[in-house]
Amino acid sequence: MTSSVLAVRTVCKRFGGFAALTDVSLTVGPGERLGIIGPNGSGKTTLINCISGSLRADAGSIDFNGIDITRLPAHRRARLGMARSFQIPRPFFSMTAAENVAVPIEYVRHRGAPHAARARREALALLEQMGLADKADLPAGVLPQVDLRKLELARAMAADPSLLLLDEVMAGLSSAEVDEVLDIVLALNRQGVTIIMIEHIMRAIMRFSLRVVCLDAGRIVTEGAPAEVAEHPDVRRIYLGA
Amino acid sequence: MRGGNRFLAAAVLVLIAALALTHTVQNEYFFFAGYVVLQFVVLATAWNILGGYAGYVNFGSGAFFAVGAYTAVALIKALDAPLIVQVIAAFLLSGLLGFGVGALTLRLRGIFFSIATVAVAVICETAVINWRFVGGSRGLAILQPAAPLWFESYTRFLFVVMALIAIFSVALARYIQISWIGRGLRAIRDDEDAAECAGVPTLKLKLAAATLSGALMGAAGAPFPLYMSFIEPTSVFSLNYAVSALAMPIIGGTSSWVGPVIGAVLLASVQQIVTVTISSELNVLVVGVLLVAFVVAAPQGILGLAERLIRSRGVARGALGARDNGIGDRS
Repeated sequence: MTSSVLAVRTVCKRFGGFAALTDVSLTVGPGERLGIIGPNGSGKTTLINCISGSLRADAGSIDFNGIDITRLPAHRRARLGMARSFQIPRPFFSMTAAENVAVPIEYVRHRGAPHAARARREALALLEQMGLADKADLPAGVLPQVDLRKLELARAMAADPSLLLLDEVMAGLSSAEVDEVLDIVLALNRQGVTIIMIEHIMRAIMRFSLRVVCLDAGRIVTEGAPAEVAEHPDVRRIYLGA
Repeated sequence: MRGGNRFLAAAVLVLIAALALTHTVQNEYFFFAGYVVLQFVVLATAWNILGGYAGYVNFGSGAFFAVGAYTAVALIKALDAPLIVQVIAAFLLSGLLGFGVGALTLRLRGIFFSIATVAVAVICETAVINWRFVGGSRGLAILQPAAPLWFESYTRFLFVVMALIAIFSVALARYIQISWIGRGLRAIRDDEDAAECAGVPTLKLKLAAATLSGALMGAAGAPFPLYMSFIEPTSVFSLNYAVSALAMPIIGGTSSWVGPVIGAVLLASVQQIVTVTISSELNVLVVGVLLVAFVVAAPQGILGLAERLIRSRGVARGALGARDNGIGDRS
């Protein structure tokens, strides 16, 4: 069981009468790069929310590194080594970039014995890794979109995750910026971080993924190697119609 | 921690100044008014720990204050307990009330806590009105003990006691602000979901803030019966406490511990002056008008205004200590 980083078993999530997820199961191995695709409203973000703990699954179970986390609140999952980014960047707007990154450093990395000066040093190092070194002391509210995306990544990485959940981390970026962020993400994976990424930009998902899962109407339609999934008749039907 | 040493020095100076005043100023009214100003410093500072840092608004500060005051009354009647015991008991009991209200409502986000605090105020007032032992609705006269050694009057002594409580409250609020706890609370205010995913135990932090905030309000209320020599529900549960505890931090600025202090000193002083020179009814109007004016024109409060002014003159940010939080820009 511990050979998988994440094991999602028959997870269901309903919002009133609407079934957002129905019997979704997937397993992610250590160091893997899993891409999740699917049309709008197919349940991709809901799945990420259930895994990260922002939402509780109505049924099914989720194991993370061999620990059942189905009922754990999000901050406990973060401490176990799970981090996420949000579809729309959600920085702490009243704080500087460095302070944003310092929050998970103090609450996860330094848990129990936080140290402000050390937290700042480590935050600056992470921002530098993301190419935000010169913006560390700017309020998060003034950063442009691409920098907010990188800040989301830096804040996620500050918790030293073994699993990183990226929800459309490249949405709204220019082609050059997509490559820039993708390079950062791939570099993180090389450091040993397992990554699940939701993305609409096919070029990015094809380059990124070792394996792709396609969701439609809350169910997994197919999964496999990126090229296979892209050729799959159901996937073509979902995206192209007919 | 150079800032820490400076703060400690300032706190000691304030205490020495308060003691010196009790031996130099002749006018007894100065201490009546000064006590009230200091009491509002405590209330505003306490409110800001939850309302300002974490963004959870308490509309029932009056109830926490009153629970503190009536705890003191009950202890005086039952045990003739000394003031220090009254203050500590009020601190603990109001803290427990804050924890209870928080535990019931802080699992939910948004305004549920705020609505519950209004209900708590009504429940507490009803309970006190029907509790004969502490005077019920008719109230109760309380005899001030003889002034302790070194003090000319008991009011002067209470003035120093309230100064001590105020210094303790402000020091606590400052510590929370500049520590990782404060950063966690601000993360909650900015985006609770993102805070939770960043590893911040949001419920635990909110409960701690609600408990501490309530406890300090209770401590502010504890010396009140002795100060007034009389207690009755209407004045203790007065809406004025709830409104002021919220208006003062908002007018001063909620982002830093300095804000509530500035707001409380300014507003409470103006209220005292208006009460004496114009009318005691008008002073509530002053708070209301100022609150509306600031919410509309300067939502960041006096601190925000000052910061904008300083920045526009090209002086380094943070000179006011408004962003004195350990991780921010130290330039």
